[in-house]
Amino acid sequence: MRPEQPTTAPAEPALSCTGIVKRYGDVLAVDGLDLEVRCGECFGLLGPNGAGKTTTIEILEGLLAPDAGRVRVLGCAWGEQDDALRARLGIHLQESQLDEKLTVIETLRLFRSFYPRGRSVDAVLELLELDGKRRSWVGKLSGGQRQRLAVGCALVGDPELLFLDEPTTGLDPQARRQLWAVLQSYRAAGGTVLLTTHYMDEAHVLCDRIAIVDYGKLVSEGSPDELILSIGAPHIVEVAFAGGAESQSADLQERLAALPDVDTVRAGESSGAWTVTAAALHRTLPALARAAAEMGTEIETLATRTATLEDVFVALTGHRLRDD
Amino acid sequence: MTETRSAQPRHPFVEMTITRLLVMVREPEMIFWVFVFPLLMALALGIAFRTPSETQVAVAVEPGAGATELADTLAAHESIEIIPVDPGGTETALRDGLAHLVVVPGDPPRYRFDPIRSESRLARQTVDDLLQRAAGRKDVWTGRDETVTATGSRYIDWLIPGLLGMNIMGTGMWGVGFTLVLQRTRKMLKRLIATPMRRYQYLAALVAARLVLLGLEVAALVGFARLMFGVPIEGSLVTLGTVSLLGAMTFSGIGLLTASRAQTIEGISGIMNVVMAPMWICSGIFFAASNFPDPLQPFIQALPLTALVDALRSVMLDGNGLLATGPELLILAAWCAASFFLALRLFKWR
Repeated sequence: MRPEQPTTAPAEPALSCTGIVKRYGDVLAVDGLDLEVRCGECFGLLGPNGAGKTTTIEILEGLLAPDAGRVRVLGCAWGEQDDALRARLGIHLQESQLDEKLTVIETLRLFRSFYPRGRSVDAVLELLELDGKRRSWVGKLSGGQRQRLAVGCALVGDPELLFLDEPTTGLDPQARRQLWAVLQSYRAAGGTVLLTTHYMDEAHVLCDRIAIVDYGKLVSEGSPDELILSIGAPHIVEVAFAGGAESQSADLQERLAALPDVDTVRAGESSGAWTVTAAALHRTLPALARAAAEMGTEIETLATRTATLEDVFVALTGHRLRDD
Repeated sequence: MTETRSAQPRHPFVEMTITRLLVMVREPEMIFWVFVFPLLMALALGIAFRTPSETQVAVAVEPGAGATELADTLAAHESIEIIPVDPGGTETALRDGLAHLVVVPGDPPRYRFDPIRSESRLARQTVDDLLQRAAGRKDVWTGRDETVTATGSRYIDWLIPGLLGMNIMGTGMWGVGFTLVLQRTRKMLKRLIATPMRRYQYLAALVAARLVLLGLEVAALVGFARLMFGVPIEGSLVTLGTVSLLGAMTFSGIGLLTASRAQTIEGISGIMNVVMAPMWICSGIFFAASNFPDPLQPFIQALPLTALVDALRSVMLDGNGLLATGPELLILAAWCAASFFLALRLFKWR
């Protein structure tokens, strides 16, 4: 039974799971998660460290058995014909360390030999931009090159569905962009991706749809733009008033909330600072200046930016995405 | 492009065997412990326990009246070496093994020695004979000696099969067991089972890589022993190879078993030492296993290393074939089958 053709009908999702639960002792790592990844899309699991992302993705990869719930991958369930299914998947694990004393090409050739069909090792080397390093030991590669090689080992079988667990954690910005380029070219060839990340910018750049998870639960789901719109206002105004703590907080919060097109108002990190989400800056900002004048206080700093997934996460969970 | 051909993957079993070998061979420490260390050991022990030439008996004479005459009498015989000692230094010379025997002049002379040391008992006998003859004793007759100095009966001849067995055990246990635990702690086992790789092929490749190494390590040690000390191989090389192969398989299986659950490098190191230490001591690598009390013998004879070393000696020294080493080979085969059977049931890929 060689999987020459994808057996998945277009209507069927590449991957779906319903009600998956995983418990480690008293800790509920995954708490009844439902997900669906459509064919050809890049789907992101976004959440802070410890949100249960790795446990979830390993359940979906068939490496971990859930305590409850149902998983279907490319129209199959785990435990039916695992080898045939694995031949159609590419899996990158967060913690695996490739043998440092093998060369790049030896490593890729080894992984390629496991798959009944797939890309040529040369083609993968080119895609990874590691052609010049083919004879280098893995131990001599930079962090970014090593991570690209790890992803390359998941691509040699020309997978229909690619799983990536925190593929760019710990990489510098340039190395991250090089890895994104590898993924985008895989996507351009019609591949489906499920990735976990705690980088909101990565999720925004790469993903068609995102599931935000926290404490093993689904918090929200949608395209990055939908999620940002879902918090009501795409603009963030960071404002700080002179005088700081002396200002009447409750009174000030009320007045800010009453400004035109303002959605939410939260106290900022320092005293006298506020974070305001707004739908239309051209109406909110003049009104803000007038209100300050009426209250007899002065605006010390004022900055505006477009809302990010980080803001979505804070708005939905009340805490920050990254703990650093 | 000539590079392209080298990029073509072979059968997964072949790729895995080759990469395992490459990783092992590229590790300088591995080369030292598998190839260099046994040779150094053979060299050191071969030199330390070389067949004594003329000097057989080292004697110290307690200084005092008549000491010089007594020493001269003894020194006239080529089998005696007189160890010069300071007054009061005889105890130290005896303790350190510089002298096998201390003679205290007198009428009759007194002999001071440790009866546990066989060379000391021999020294006492030799010196006593010489002194009695010097004092006028007539021997009734003198027996004719037929000395056997043929190769094959020296300590080094006996030692080499022991070292070979020890090396086969060590490489099998570390090469398979340690590698597996290392791969497990690095999450590589988990990474591999995420591919369509056949699990049995991975374990088979690990054992196969170890067996390729076996050929080299047996050739290195046996070849060295032959060139350096003229150690004979009485039996056929095929028989020697077969016994080594079964031994290597057995210890690969035991290595696999010890690694089946261990999660840390510290853990596997501890388990391996606990498993191997009794065999280092009891299995007759450096001295005969028969030195241990009889009640322990059934256990010692059942140890896989005892069986392997006995079989290797039987082939190398006595020139026996497979049939004559049957009981040892059966013990090895039983260990081999049992350890693989258990290991494959207990093995955890995560």
